[in-house]
Amino acid sequence: MDKLLDVENVSISFIQYTQGLNQRDLKVITDLTLDIEEGEILAVLGSSGSGKSLLAHAIFGILPENAKLNGKIKYKGKELSQEDKEEIRGKDIVLVPQSVNFLDPLMKISDQAIGNTQNEEEKKEKKIKQREIFEHYNLGPEVDEMYPFQLSGGMARRVLVSTALLSDPKLVVADEPTPGLDEKTVQETLNHFKHMKENGIGVLLITHDIHAALEVADRIGIFYSGYVIEIAKTEDFAGNGENLLHPYTKSLYKALPANGFELTKGHQPLHGEIPTGCPYYNRCDMKFDRCSQERPELVNLGEKKIRCFKYYEEGE
Amino acid sequence: MELKAENISFKYPSAKKYLLKDINLELDNNKITGLIGDSGSGKSTLCKILSGYVTKFEGNVTFDGKTLPKKGFKPVQLIYQHPEKVMNPKWKMEQVLAESWDVSDEALNEFGIQKSWLTRFPQELSGGELQRFSVLRSLNPNTKFLIADEMTTMLDAITQVQILDSVLKIVKQRKMGFLLVSHDMNLVDTICDDKIYLKDLNHID
Repeated sequence: MDKLLDVENVSISFIQYTQGLNQRDLKVITDLTLDIEEGEILAVLGSSGSGKSLLAHAIFGILPENAKLNGKIKYKGKELSQEDKEEIRGKDIVLVPQSVNFLDPLMKISDQAIGNTQNEEEKKEKKIKQREIFEHYNLGPEVDEMYPFQLSGGMARRVLVSTALLSDPKLVVADEPTPGLDEKTVQETLNHFKHMKENGIGVLLITHDIHAALEVADRIGIFYSGYVIEIAKTEDFAGNGENLLHPYTKSLYKALPANGFELTKGHQPLHGEIPTGCPYYNRCDMKFDRCSQERPELVNLGEKKIRCFKYYEEGE
Repeated sequence: MELKAENISFKYPSAKKYLLKDINLELDNNKITGLIGDSGSGKSTLCKILSGYVTKFEGNVTFDGKTLPKKGFKPVQLIYQHPEKVMNPKWKMEQVLAESWDVSDEALNEFGIQKSWLTRFPQELSGGELQRFSVLRSLNPNTKFLIADEMTTMLDAITQVQILDSVLKIVKQRKMGFLLVSHDMNLVDTICDDKIYLKDLNHID
């Protein structure tokens, strides 16, 4: 069966002016590969400012003008062109944006949720459905008449989630849905995603919050310096992290306060300063000679994927 | 040296109820204290009062027996969650640092700051890198007490360890006071000698 979403070797770069008319091509994402099945939650975990939100923008075809996108984004086995993306976004694939700032501040909540309609009849139909879903997410009729600034953090989150579900999507992309919320609202938001999963919806959760990812995701893709370096199963984040494959993922796990608060030196290479070899070469404690010159590809290892020469022989 | 808060009360001018009421707190420079509270409970406001950024409140804040200076360098320094919001976007990083103190190469090394970052603008660095600058900038030799308000919340776990490790080294070396505000109980339990809950101090009804 075809995967719901397949992202294959996607790279995104920006054309920037440096001085005068000189331009440079700044690569922000070099190689992003992942896939999602129906009823699965896949988290993409990367530090803030690493460019992972661009993935969401690429899927919806809303990258800025000066961005260049390479690689394939497939939905149900079919590669998406810009026109396809414009056709299915908001229908089969929907975005749960980061904050209430993505809503129109001058439009009532109900009108925004329903969106554009052709005639009165369609509007009525959609209104009934909107009310149903809002009710389900514990948003009373009074919310319909509110403006975005009148919503609390938790309510705003529920509005964004239920609006996304209005079109019966197959795939939900959530971009940083948890920061700035208190613990109770975070929990509530995560429960919404679990609920979607139960209904067979695929969820792509883009986040820097490892606790949120561990709580809901089935698999976790680790994003490092513009690359997906490992796709691990969530249950591998346990014990001493012995089931995790990439040295960075192991370090990340052991750096959590509950798992030893272990110090690892070094930093991720900045955009535009990524070395020729493996992006983790400078920090790696098990590197080989070839790692400095050659860049490992992401290889399959059972249900997992790993970008590291150490596992090349075991992989396919 | 002691940072002491006596009967601190605060409410927003438009609000009816007090956010903070009759808070008494004594923090010394011998131990690392963690402050825990729900979001919206007034943690950040209390931090701003303790560091002298909010001046309209009831009660008294003293450091080393004296009230906090209104002008000049403040001995109690506050570090926020979002470093990009506390830096002049039109300054290069070396200027951002120089604003506070003449940072030695040794200190740059300790915080893992690369020389090449110094000639960049804030928007050309990631959150983790910027926070290193923000912390180092606050560690002026005249700083006697450091308040970290969700300082590492936006960072990945590895960067969190790196920054806290460097900060704690300097805090211990210079015998500074350190208050860590966080919602992460595991973090507080790992690095703090003592923890306090804001709701235990706050006397609102």
